[in-house]
This record gives sequence, C-alpha cells and structure tokens, in this order.
Amino acid sequence: MIEQQSQHPSSGSEANAAALDEARLRQQAIGVRLRQMFDEVVNEPVPDDFLEILRRADKSAEQG
Amino acid sequence: MIDRSPRDPALDEAFKVELVTLIPHLRAFARTLCGDATAADDLAQDAMMKAWDARSSFQMGTNMKAWTFMILRNQFYSEKRRSWRQSQLDQEAAERTLVAVDDPEAPVALDELRLSLGMLPPEQREALILVGAGGFAYEEAAEICGVAVGTVKSRVSRARKALQSILEDGAYDRDGGAAGDAMRSILADAERLSTVR
Repeated sequence: MIEQQSQHPSSGSEANAAALDEARLRQQAIGVRLRQMFDEVVNEPVPDDFLEILRRADKSAEQG
Repeated sequence: MIDRSPRDPALDEAFKVELVTLIPHLRAFARTLCGDATAADDLAQDAMMKAWDARSSFQMGTNMKAWTFMILRNQFYSEKRRSWRQSQLDQEAAERTLVAVDDPEAPVALDELRLSLGMLPPEQREALILVGAGGFAYEEAAEICGVAVGTVKSRVSRARKALQSILEDGAYDRDGGAAGDAMRSILADAERLSTVR
C-alpha cells in the first residue's frame, strides 16, 4: 500500500495523512457499532427468571 | 460444604442490589461468548448464582462488574472444555450459533459485524468486546482474562485490524449476501449515529 502511494511523490505525505485519517474513521465506526451491538442486549428487559432465581436463593440463605 | 458463617443482612442486600444492576451486562457478555440467546441466558444465570454463592469472598467497594465477568468467563470455558470432551461436533455447533442472528429485521451492518466477529480467534474477540464494548480498561480486561496487560493490548489491536479487513474484504461467511458492503454501511451508520448524539 505504501508502495502505491509513492507513485505520486508530490502528494505522498498528504495521501499518507489522508489514509491515516480514513483508517481512524473506520476504526471509530467499527467501535460505535461494537458498542451498539453490546448495548442492544444491555438495554433488553431482564427476563423474569433471573430475578426469580435470585429471590429464591436469597430466601434459602435467610432460612439456612 | 458451603461456608454459612453469619453475614450482615444489609451487606447481602447491598451485594444483591449491585448484582441486579449487572445482570444486563452479564447477559450481553454471555451473548458475545455463546451467540445463541438461550444458551447465553443460561450462562448468565449460572454466573449470577456463582457470584451470589461467592459473595462472602467479594470485597464490597471493589469492581463487581469485572469480578462477575471473570466468573462468567470461567464458567463459559469450563463448560466448553466439558463439551469438547463430549464431542468435537458440539464445538462446531457452538461456532455456528455464535454467528446466528435471530432477528431477520436486524440492521444489515450489525449482522455483518456479528458474522465478522465470529471469524476472529476467541481470545481476540473477547479482548475486543471487553475493551471496545464492555467499557473495561486494559488492566481490568487483563484481570478478567487472566493474562498480562500487554497481551490484552496486542489482542485488541490485532482484533481491530482483523475485523476491519474482514469487513472491508467481505470475507465473512455469508451465502449470497452483499459481501463487501459491510464497511460502507457501518460507516454510514456511524455517521448517522454521531449526528443523532
């Protein structure tokens, strides 16, 4: 990739900087998506059985 | 068998309140490990109960999220080891369900991202999820995975590079899909999301 850029020596460093910006942009975009994918599940309502299981465990702890 | 030394009920209550707030995060982490939503919830429930049973060993005021994630991760890998012994096919089925998407209406880019994540080596995937989505510092992720901080850093960096090139090349497993468009739609979505914020 660096080889290709050197074909335009006059704009070489500019092209490099642009490529870096582009790469950063892409990584940011992936990061946003990744968080969104995770948060989608975080924002789902918690199924009742989770709290039910914990309630039962809590009760048996009180009795024991 | 289980240590039942008397515990302060207020301490138990405080522990429970905090544990309940972590359930959504445990579910999300489990989903990234198992893929299959039902298996993921089973895993998250097991981890929640293990955390509850081990509450006397937790130091209140320290990072409970990292602690419960570590429990969940250990649970996942010990179950996986068992299933490896049972059959290698279980493993292959797990790999397939990891990339299964239940919702046909799910945005395309999210679908592609899941498929691409499924192609990363598991240790890279989990490091990227913890740091990139779970909000953990490298140090915390290192503790959760039981490896050195430098190892997590290099795994995250390799995962990011690999993920980007999978998305750009459309190299993820998908039959008949619009391979190659994933990166573009992710970029478009990111732009849309950032203007909403």
